[in-house]
Amino acid sequence: MSNSNFTRRGLIRSGAVAGAAGIALPTYLRADAHAGYLNAPQGDTVTLGFNVPQSGPYADEGADELRAYELAVEHLNGGGDGGMLNTFTSKALQGNGILGKKVEYVTGDTQTKSDAARASAKSMIEKDGAVMITGGSSSGVAVAVQALCQEAGVIFMAGLTHSNDTTGKDKRANGFRHFFNSYMSGAALAPVLSNAYGNDRNAYHLTADYNWGYTTEEAVRSSTEALGWNTVNAVKTPLTATDFSAYITPVLQSDADVLVLNHYGGNMVNSLTNAVQFGLRDRMVNGKQFEIIVPLYSRLMAKGAGANVKGIFGSTNWHWSLQDPGSKAFVQSFGTKYGFPPSQAAHTCYVQALLYADACERAGTFNPCGVVEALEGFEFDGMGNGPTLYRAEDHQCFKDVLVVKGKENPTSEFDLLEIVEVTPVDQVTYAPDHPQFAGGSLGTCNPGA
Amino acid sequence: MGLTKKDFTLLIIVAVLCLFAPFILNPFPEGSAMAQFNAGYPDLMQRLVIFGIFAIGFNILFGLTGYLSFGHAAFLGVGSYAAIWMMKLLTMNVIPAIIVSVAVAGLFSLLVGWISLRRSGIYFSILTLAFAQMSYSLAYSVLTPITGGETGLQPKYTDPRILDGDLPPGETPRANLFGLDMKDSTQITMGDWVFTFNAGYYVAAVVMLVAFYVSIRIFRSPFGMMLRAVKSNQQRLNYTGLNSKPYTLAAFVISGMYAGLAGGLLVAMDTQVGAERMFWTASGEVVLMTILGGAGTLIGPVLGAGFIKYFENIISKINESILHQWFAFMPDGIEDFLVSMVYPFIGKGWHLTLGIVFMLVVIFLPGGLVEGGQRVARLFKRRKPSSDKPDGKTTPAE
Repeated sequence: MSNSNFTRRGLIRSGAVAGAAGIALPTYLRADAHAGYLNAPQGDTVTLGFNVPQSGPYADEGADELRAYELAVEHLNGGGDGGMLNTFTSKALQGNGILGKKVEYVTGDTQTKSDAARASAKSMIEKDGAVMITGGSSSGVAVAVQALCQEAGVIFMAGLTHSNDTTGKDKRANGFRHFFNSYMSGAALAPVLSNAYGNDRNAYHLTADYNWGYTTEEAVRSSTEALGWNTVNAVKTPLTATDFSAYITPVLQSDADVLVLNHYGGNMVNSLTNAVQFGLRDRMVNGKQFEIIVPLYSRLMAKGAGANVKGIFGSTNWHWSLQDPGSKAFVQSFGTKYGFPPSQAAHTCYVQALLYADACERAGTFNPCGVVEALEGFEFDGMGNGPTLYRAEDHQCFKDVLVVKGKENPTSEFDLLEIVEVTPVDQVTYAPDHPQFAGGSLGTCNPGA
Repeated sequence: MGLTKKDFTLLIIVAVLCLFAPFILNPFPEGSAMAQFNAGYPDLMQRLVIFGIFAIGFNILFGLTGYLSFGHAAFLGVGSYAAIWMMKLLTMNVIPAIIVSVAVAGLFSLLVGWISLRRSGIYFSILTLAFAQMSYSLAYSVLTPITGGETGLQPKYTDPRILDGDLPPGETPRANLFGLDMKDSTQITMGDWVFTFNAGYYVAAVVMLVAFYVSIRIFRSPFGMMLRAVKSNQQRLNYTGLNSKPYTLAAFVISGMYAGLAGGLLVAMDTQVGAERMFWTASGEVVLMTILGGAGTLIGPVLGAGFIKYFENIISKINESILHQWFAFMPDGIEDFLVSMVYPFIGKGWHLTLGIVFMLVVIFLPGGLVEGGQRVARLFKRRKPSSDKPDGKTTPAE
């Protein structure tokens, strides 16, 4: 190296020449410019991106979501028994892929972190050419990825996300949510609770200290207070907490007779177990039986909490024991393929994939703007939740909400919840500018190119 | 530029690598089975250089003074939040965002450093770790009005943005550099190869080159020498009557500012902040990057950052169905066997693979990837290795 003539000028000159040659020589081409939207499918396949938590606290839900997506792809491509395609009221899908293109998919790991979720979504969009991103098991991730898809110009079909904000103050034109939300949970639970426990109750809230916890607490609080309940106290608990004894003890000293656990996943399993260990369920306050409520239930959580969930009320988006033809078809094909019934996360993801495919088919294009138009105000049935509307104003699905309770005598490890009431959709519908949802705007659809 | 010939050559090599990264990282033609390993897409290229900056900054503290900070992600996060607030309040231009992110991270690291540097060794590490976890928890819950909590922050078109004027309704605000959109990409097709040139990447790459240059100057300066003296024997330094605290504090603040710069750039490239980037695992990651690449070397941290980010984004995306495609030519039983053997190491198992590589590097190449490179270079320089020498062992496993 010592005798080489490296001069700065010489290097910069040759570097510049090489750089210029590299840019000038090849043919300049931008594939997406032709079709008018980003990642227009080339050839005879279309790529969808399934962005689910494969590690982290919601990995169980993520695994179930991925199973549902694989099943949906199989059905869309004409394989298997067709599942909900047979019961879905829109008959646009032929079982030959979407718009005649075979459906392929790529997967990513959200790790239930918004940064990681965006990184994996971006790589699916930029590297693999995904024209739609779907999945996720947390509202923070849903909001982050939804905003990314809006910026990039692809459709986002939210997976499990329950916070009001996803279709409230953080709604986006390119994003759609089939899952229900905190407000709906509150509105559906309140009448059932007042029937079961009366109208003069003192509620004590333990709330997971993050966004979803806040919106759920607010929703349950305002619905129950409207019925005459009194909120004694609302205490925030750290998301990473695993032992809730320190938060349960003050409940014993208060005159509360209802404990609302605004917790999800492992949090709920631990807090409920602690509460039961402290004997809350055998407690009598002012002559009333002490009760516990879990606003958002899932079968996976019920499984984790075991016998402790018996008799405890909560709400859920869907349950496999529903007897309508859509649910039965889905449970049947999911069970045949994997050997156990699907969770609500699996259901919402499966339905979202089908709804997207159907919207493309009806719009005649994969162009996000066409898809948005096809989904806005779309009414359908046969997907397990009864007649459903994709509201144009906020891209939220409106459908019946299930109020469930932990089963007293489970017959199997999956049969943990029983449906108490199917709250009709009218009872959980709200105005798009409801205070719990105010402050956002959809904007306009972005096709990316 | 005040560099020795050797350092200047190194800087030029890094510059050329940055300039041609879209080609270098995309060696496989589109649609081929190996395209899975292509890394030449904008998001990953941006991450490679941004985390390069982060690791370069960390190396100024850890590589020179030997102070092991376990809380650097906090400075990255603070920088990110500062940047996003500039974008929400002032303008979507990335320049103010980046400047403010560096300044805020600098102030915050001054505070943290001033307290933590009262101790050294493990106590210092624990103090920084505590600060970082504190920042994370605050951002995640208590400070939700400022940080957006779990949901994080994104610019919205309803934000005031006093310098920009009103966006047309519904328009998404985009980060730009005087009108140059950070997301702008040009694709060049050569035969089956597609190369993507992204505006944001080149902006980040230029910033990284400047950061790299500054780090070389610090390494070669009397100040850098003083920091090395702190590392080799701080007590002796104190006995000679020198107060080492201002030097270590300066190094701490400089590396905090580097982290803030990386945080600001992350926001400039992808306009979103989540509290998770302050989590302690993120602080641990930069330690891994630096050690993997070679602590105390100039280029090592950049290599380490690139290596880890590549693993995180490429290996983690290989799923079972891709494995089945690879081994499809095998008979069924063997195919399933091979897939089940490889499966734990890919997809969500990428941490396992990374851990194994890290162990191998630390055990066999204590100087990191740089030492590996040096050993290989030495082999070629001296003479052709004779067959009786056990040279195969010293080559890095990857």
